[in-house]
Amino acid sequence: MGRSAFRRSHGEGPFRYATTGAGILVLVIMAAIAVFLIVRAVPALQANSANFLTEQTWTPNASPPAFGIAALAWGTVISSFLALIMALPVAVGVALFISHYAPRRLASVLGYVIDLLAAVPSVVYGLWGVIFLVPFMRGPSEFLNTYLGWIPLFAGESVNSKSILTGSIVLAIMILPIIAAISREVFLQAPTMLEEASLALGATRWEMIRMSVLPFGRPGVISAAMLGLGRAMGETIAVALIFPATFTVTLQVLTGNGNSIAANIANGFGEATPIGQGALIASGLVLFVITLVVNTAARLVIARRKEYSRAAA
Amino acid sequence: MTTTIHVLQPVSMGRRVKNRIVQGLVWLAFAIAVVPLVSVIWLVVTNGLKRFDLEFLTHSMRNIGPRDAGGGAYHAILGTLEQVGLATLISVPIGLLTAIYLVEYGSGGRLARSISFFVDVMTGIPSVVAGLFVLAFWVLILGLGYSGFAGAIALSILMLPTVVRSAEEMLRLVPNELREASYALGVPKWKTIMRVVLPTAFTGIITGVMLAIARVAGETAPLLLTVFITDSINSDPFDGPQMGLPLYVFDQAQRPNITATDRAWTGALTLILIVMLLNLVARLISWWRAPAKGR
Repeated sequence: MGRSAFRRSHGEGPFRYATTGAGILVLVIMAAIAVFLIVRAVPALQANSANFLTEQTWTPNASPPAFGIAALAWGTVISSFLALIMALPVAVGVALFISHYAPRRLASVLGYVIDLLAAVPSVVYGLWGVIFLVPFMRGPSEFLNTYLGWIPLFAGESVNSKSILTGSIVLAIMILPIIAAISREVFLQAPTMLEEASLALGATRWEMIRMSVLPFGRPGVISAAMLGLGRAMGETIAVALIFPATFTVTLQVLTGNGNSIAANIANGFGEATPIGQGALIASGLVLFVITLVVNTAARLVIARRKEYSRAAA
Repeated sequence: MTTTIHVLQPVSMGRRVKNRIVQGLVWLAFAIAVVPLVSVIWLVVTNGLKRFDLEFLTHSMRNIGPRDAGGGAYHAILGTLEQVGLATLISVPIGLLTAIYLVEYGSGGRLARSISFFVDVMTGIPSVVAGLFVLAFWVLILGLGYSGFAGAIALSILMLPTVVRSAEEMLRLVPNELREASYALGVPKWKTIMRVVLPTAFTGIITGVMLAIARVAGETAPLLLTVFITDSINSDPFDGPQMGLPLYVFDQAQRPNITATDRAWTGALTLILIVMLLNLVARLISWWRAPAKGR
């Protein structure tokens, strides 16, 4: 087309600059988040009298302030991995159910039902967790402790159902729809030809899924799981209401011990002094870096495969 | 019987059983996923209806003691509407322009690809980190204090990637023939985008925006760090702490007495109703004028 004539049209330049500028703004925001968190974290880290990476206690409001990320980071990691272990099999099952088992007409409705799980605000899950699930988990927690106490995870002297485990269950419920939605998209994109070929060769439905759908979908499910993991790590309000909020590194998820970075920010913010706020921002920076790594890795897995282009919800 | 030659071997017992077991497990997985949803909705509705009255919707918590009954969430509902509205005003223009850049101008270049990648990564930013960023930047460094607007900035950071992604998807669905026809008539590119491409994708974009709004309307953590908490009505989002409905639920849930818990449930019910309404409207719009290729 007669490019030169159009380009000189009075609106083209500004419009182009505005759209490019908006795009660049996205990059600027990402950079600004890192920069401003660092700027506010440094004074607190300089005032810290303990080693930030190894110290377990969190007393940034005392003088001298002493705080470390060890117990919080540990709690974040263990609770989100527990959540992932619980959510992943169910989510893959749900995805398979919607993509390959449910009657066609029902499938989209059932998809919406699962999406509804994602639409419930996290504070509502928190309320549900602290008022319903915590008392409800008292029996199962004691059962696990009594009969499976030889597993280090379930060991411990005193059982408290306001625990890492209960929080992890809530986290699992919250990340399930994300993992299920992405896995479903990926399973739906498995080549129909392969599926029909294996059925024609006499495979049962499960064999067809195992041989043609699952291998095709594996990278997608892996990255969906990582996105879910990242979401679980960053989840704040629900676990702030449930986690016991102590600062100890422990594997015993049934005892009243444990905390996470995000929960500590929500719970500790109200009483924080300026140094305390800086300390919380420093912990947020750690969380930002961890989730950034997990999410980037997940996105790279998805981006490497063109077939998944629609799955990156 | 014994002499029959099986041309087609029947599926062996073992394989059939395995097939059945997996089928059962898949159904079970779905049932397990639905149980918490039903439990949450049931408890929120039954407990929430207790205090779902006019007083709740029209009064604040001012001068309501920690053990008093009564009080309401008017200040929180007002705050949420203002904060989410402001967040929409900030994020939709930026998000839409970014999507236009990605689809119409970027055309797979290095900048477009890195923007696209970081939009995806941005989706995964924990909401509490967005709150901390605004706290560090707006409240502590610029010294502007807690306000509804600070919360709106944090929410808009969370909305932005959702808006960009959905708008991008909708713009890509607009047939190229429309653009070419417009160019052939001598219409410049920017005018083609404004007058042809955007109107065609309009309903889809609205749907995406509604879903983004629904997603951030329930966010609590960023508000806690930027809007703070108040028991009084503050209708000015640019000055002083406000309240938000999710914050209200969080605040009441932490108070260990039954009247506060009842208020928390009712707040949760109100919040869910708002979020579900937004979701429903979004679905209705997309269903009403489904684009060529529905989701």
